[in-house]
Amino acid sequence: MSFGPHLLLATLEGLVTSAVLALTALGLSLVFGVMRVVNVAHGEFFMLGAVLAWWIASLATGHPAIGFLLALVVSPLIVGAIALVAERLVLRRLDYNPEATIVATIGMLYIIQQLALTFYGPEARPVEAPFSYRILFPWFGYSGYKLSVIAFSAILLLATWFVLTRTRIGLVMRATQYDRETAQAFGIPVGRVYAGVFAMGAMLAAIAAVLIVPIQQAHYLMGLDPLLLSFIVVIIGGLGSLRGTVVAAVLIGLSDGIISVFFSPTLAKIIATMIVAMVLVFRPQGLFGTAAR
Amino acid sequence: MNVRNSPKKVYLLHAAVIAGLFALNFILPEYHHGVLARVMVLAVFAMGYNILFGYSGLLSLGHAMFFSAGLYGAGLTVSHLGWGMAAGFAAGIVSGALLALVIGVLALRTTGVAFMIVTMMFAQVFYLLTLYFAEWTRGDEGFVLAQQARRIDLGDLHFNLTDPATRYMAALLLFSVVLLATLAIVRSAHGRVLVAIRENEERTRMLGYDTFANKLAAVVVSGVICAAAGAAYALLFGYIGSTFATVQYSILPLLWVLLGGAATTLGPIVGTLFMFYVVDITSGYTSAYLLIVGVALILLVLYFPKGILGTVRERWIRWLP
Repeated sequence: MSFGPHLLLATLEGLVTSAVLALTALGLSLVFGVMRVVNVAHGEFFMLGAVLAWWIASLATGHPAIGFLLALVVSPLIVGAIALVAERLVLRRLDYNPEATIVATIGMLYIIQQLALTFYGPEARPVEAPFSYRILFPWFGYSGYKLSVIAFSAILLLATWFVLTRTRIGLVMRATQYDRETAQAFGIPVGRVYAGVFAMGAMLAAIAAVLIVPIQQAHYLMGLDPLLLSFIVVIIGGLGSLRGTVVAAVLIGLSDGIISVFFSPTLAKIIATMIVAMVLVFRPQGLFGTAAR
Repeated sequence: MNVRNSPKKVYLLHAAVIAGLFALNFILPEYHHGVLARVMVLAVFAMGYNILFGYSGLLSLGHAMFFSAGLYGAGLTVSHLGWGMAAGFAAGIVSGALLALVIGVLALRTTGVAFMIVTMMFAQVFYLLTLYFAEWTRGDEGFVLAQQARRIDLGDLHFNLTDPATRYMAALLLFSVVLLATLAIVRSAHGRVLVAIRENEERTRMLGYDTFANKLAAVVVSGVICAAAGAAYALLFGYIGSTFATVQYSILPLLWVLLGGAATTLGPIVGTLFMFYVVDITSGYTSAYLLIVGVALILLVLYFPKGILGTVRERWIRWLP
């Protein structure tokens, strides 16, 4: 295969990574933007989404699409419920103190990971894709499912954007993000908004995970990479900026896909992590964000 | 923080702890003897972390890189360059100091949450580098220092670091030096400035202190102590692997310090010892030790944020440094 098609393949792979990453990072960004909580357990919600998807799909019989669609609906709901409980039981009692919540979410990370290992086991298990149609390019065939992942995640991102900017829920969320005390004074139930945002962030990660399971198998340690990449995306994109998050996800996903095709993946990760750390040091508002208030 | 001037009691207490650990060498059964040697080295790691987290109020999520800088600094020079134990130990400390200086200059430009994430990212880069240079580090698998290399010859005196009693005494020596150094730092003017920065950085700066220089000094001192722990770990236990550079080893010192009591000189050893035995005892019943780490972290921040010695100081012994 010559360079051109090779690059096209790398770009497609990169776009799939970007699509899933954008959803995961958006969840992290929402939680940090509105609640000022750095959720270290975000990657574990992702992992939980994938593991539950495997479990639900294995219960369903018949056409693989039935199990997959069921997982796509049920798995995020379960993860959202778990996040809601965690928020009520732990984060709220800490009064969302940034340092205490980091320590607490690290604790959640270990708990979720260990429970997944105990009940799901150390094996990596796949979920069958809902359809196996292949799109034939002149040089290679490409999985139609992967392209549908890109489309689905784009639709979901648009929907999130619509909710945030055009609905009353979004208005309430943005008001809470802008100024917690004033929002409370105007009668916004800040506590319930926080709980909702935390659950929603976890659900976005779970949806992203369900989408990726047919491509990448479910494994109890799969949460770490999405967590680090989401941090990277959120930092590069600027906090609380939806557009920045999406642009950064595409940028990181594409460069990750292209660099790992041509160079060693470890080297790619080293360079990406280093660049991001430097961005955070020298331009803390992100490349697209505006200066903090 | 309540450091009233009762130096005599303070020194007596620390001397008693060191003497107690010395005496334990002769009475502990073999298994617990080995555990305690390891715990003392890891407690040094926690004490280094405590300087930064407890006293200066800077929460780093990347201290595994300083520990492993010492670990690899000592391990690689001894195994690949054939350096002696003392030179290897010095190499570990120097690598930790240099790394801490660079990381400090960069990371201290940020504050709060950004500081945690930046330190975590730098530690991740360090971890990936240990994997990338697997030719020398053997990556995840790690490598073992040869038994015959782990000896110190001083004239007619021969110390064999693979011998349990020698190993225990070496660990105790390092622990005592670092404990007394921590005590000296905490009671010094520099230590007071660090606490002032933790309590209110703006006000400290207004009073004319160079907060950046003081914080940088704290990062370097903390890095050096953690690197000393890493170097000692490599030389005493002879295993060097990239596991020690993972995020988990950045979290563990945080857990030990929180449990023992942040900003107490003896908190780190109490926390490390306690946690080590909790994991040790529960691992008899379940392999799910990460679950215990996780639950312990959450319970600590929720109900017990001052840790064991922090609570003791608050309730009973006000002069505890």
